[in-house]
Amino acid sequence: MLEIENLHASVGGKEILKGISLTVKAGEVHAVMGPNGSGKSTLSYVLAGRAGYEVTQGSIRYQGKDLLSMNVEERASAGIFLGFQYPIEIPGVTSVTFLKAALNAQHKARGEEELDAVRFLKLVREKARPLNISDDMLKRALNVGFSGGEKKRAEILQMSLLEPSLAVLDETDSGLDIDALKVVAEGVNALRSPERAFILITHYQRLLDYIVPDRVHVLSQGRIMRSGGKELALELEQTGYAGFAA
Amino acid sequence: MAAIRETIQKVGEVEKYKYGFETEIESEKAPLGLDEETVRFISAKKNEPQWLLEWRLEAYRRWLTMEEPKWAKVSYPPIDFQDAYYYSAPKQKAGPKSLDEVDPKLLETYKKLGIPLAEQEMLAGVAVDAVFDSVSVVTTFKEKLKEAGVIFCPLSEAVRDYPELVRKYLGTVVPTSDNYYATLNSAVFSEGSFVFIPEGVRCPMELSTYFRINEKQTGQFERTLIIAEKGSYVSYLEGCTAPQRDENQLHAAVVELVAMEDAEIKYSTVQNWYPGDEEGRGGIYNFVTKRGDCRGDRSKISWTQVETGSAITWKYPSCILRGNDTRGEFYSIAISNNRQQVDSGTKMIHLGKNSSSRIISKGISAGRSSNAYRGLVSVHRKAEGARNHTQCDSLLIGSRCAAHTVPYIESKNPTAILEHEATTSKISEEQLFYCRSRGIGEEEAVALIVNGFCRDVLQQLPMEFAVEAQKLVGVSLEGSVG
Repeated sequence: MLEIENLHASVGGKEILKGISLTVKAGEVHAVMGPNGSGKSTLSYVLAGRAGYEVTQGSIRYQGKDLLSMNVEERASAGIFLGFQYPIEIPGVTSVTFLKAALNAQHKARGEEELDAVRFLKLVREKARPLNISDDMLKRALNVGFSGGEKKRAEILQMSLLEPSLAVLDETDSGLDIDALKVVAEGVNALRSPERAFILITHYQRLLDYIVPDRVHVLSQGRIMRSGGKELALELEQTGYAGFAA
Repeated sequence: MAAIRETIQKVGEVEKYKYGFETEIESEKAPLGLDEETVRFISAKKNEPQWLLEWRLEAYRRWLTMEEPKWAKVSYPPIDFQDAYYYSAPKQKAGPKSLDEVDPKLLETYKKLGIPLAEQEMLAGVAVDAVFDSVSVVTTFKEKLKEAGVIFCPLSEAVRDYPELVRKYLGTVVPTSDNYYATLNSAVFSEGSFVFIPEGVRCPMELSTYFRINEKQTGQFERTLIIAEKGSYVSYLEGCTAPQRDENQLHAAVVELVAMEDAEIKYSTVQNWYPGDEEGRGGIYNFVTKRGDCRGDRSKISWTQVETGSAITWKYPSCILRGNDTRGEFYSIAISNNRQQVDSGTKMIHLGKNSSSRIISKGISAGRSSNAYRGLVSVHRKAEGARNHTQCDSLLIGSRCAAHTVPYIESKNPTAILEHEATTSKISEEQLFYCRSRGIGEEEAVALIVNGFCRDVLQQLPMEFAVEAQKLVGVSLEGSVG
């Protein structure tokens, strides 16, 4: 599904990622862990195609295609979803309006039929229920005045509606209490399938108690220092990241 | 930032005005320039009674002693008032009785503008008093309105048929001495609409007028008078487009609204006049005086405007909250681009007890435009318990435009509660990236964000206009023309 090879990326002329190689197969869940400033968020933005995150070396292939030649919205329509650490507020645009615009834009880009208002509402309510997202919340402006937990649940709702092939979730657990964390984790687990892959970017092991990864990678100073199974996360919980500092 | 730069370019392309055409129709003009003879010419053309001629002349003489206001944040070369025509009328045999008698070329123009006048009668609930240059061409739905006792006709017709009503109310909200442009309008106004809603009547349809400037070098001086008697209700819609030309065109309209006890007037405008080219050449100078008088207790006047056109906009639709428990509202979206200059806002004058007002202003600036909100909230000594809430939001697109907020607040009554909120924001790179990461393209994202920004105001428009306005907001900034 995703093959990252020797990826180097800079932000503002400063090299952040210094040669990352990572292969993610369909159906797998990978956790990328690491201390602050290790390049975790940069990796997620590079995958999504954000301006200002310049790839200087290496390649990324996604479903056999050259990902780096695609623009942001093309990647989205091709099935890449980025769950934001800090979801962005869009004042005056209700969640429903935004979701409909997003889903129909992707349908259009893929040459699929666009959903009318009635069918769309039915679908969005269906997806919102398990996440405890009420009609009232759907009518509020997207992320405006949402609590930390509401924002993250709204991100999961977007993911569940857009049904991506590869979901990159950046610090989805940050700012969540244990109940909200469970709801979010259940939302992710419900979407796990043999066709779909996840990259969970997280600082703490906590999230991985609820979403059990297939692989765990430790990112530090722009490099993957170690890779292993889920037990690696537990080990990190004991030892911390200190051992990975240069 | 590439996205922003592209947006500005798109905006520029859009503004290559889609209504830039002219209709060739013989017109009957007053001689070039302005003097007492011009005023007499206009009055004679309209077969006006002596009192109205005197009224015009008094205004003209006063105008000569006045000076153009300079306080607005706009700049333009001096206007040569002698280098304009003050009256022009399409030549016609005496008033058309049906659409068949209307010059087919006029009808063609409306078609190009997307106003299918011939089909209007079949369309639900909108009566159109179409103003082509200065003379009203045709009025539809008149019969239906007549049944309800509603008068909706050209002002000149009202002068002829209901002189006592016109004389009683004309100039009582915007006096002939009010300001430079209103005084000029009083002297030379040639056409406009007259609306009278009798006591207790709820006007059975939205009243709508399309204004259009067509004749070269012809200033437009519309004058509209709307009277809502006790317990009545009317919603009035006004929309404008104009053909492309090189000379700057002066437009100085006056709108007067009178709401008696328990009456409500809702006045909505979508203004999309030629804004000039990318360098600011050409385009309409829109110097308008609009004011409503909540004369009776518990009356309500609401202004809603979507302003996207004109080279210069100088416009402050206002409410005089004279009665007790009266309510004034002002909802505005002003979009400026290229070299457009907007200085617009409102005045809420609280005179009555427990009068309340609400102001929501949304200014969107792009290109090298300048967009200023200027508003006055004034509470007089006797206005016990007056309330106002003002919200002014500015949105900037690109880094060469400007937004200004100039609120004036005066309170002479200690029980008044006045609130003012203001924000200025830019469409952020983050917001665009967020939308795009969900598959929404850049242009659509800008339209989505701007429409969200304007949502509070768009919601105030009647359904008929809301769709059009939303489209206009998208079109003005998105580049999705035609």
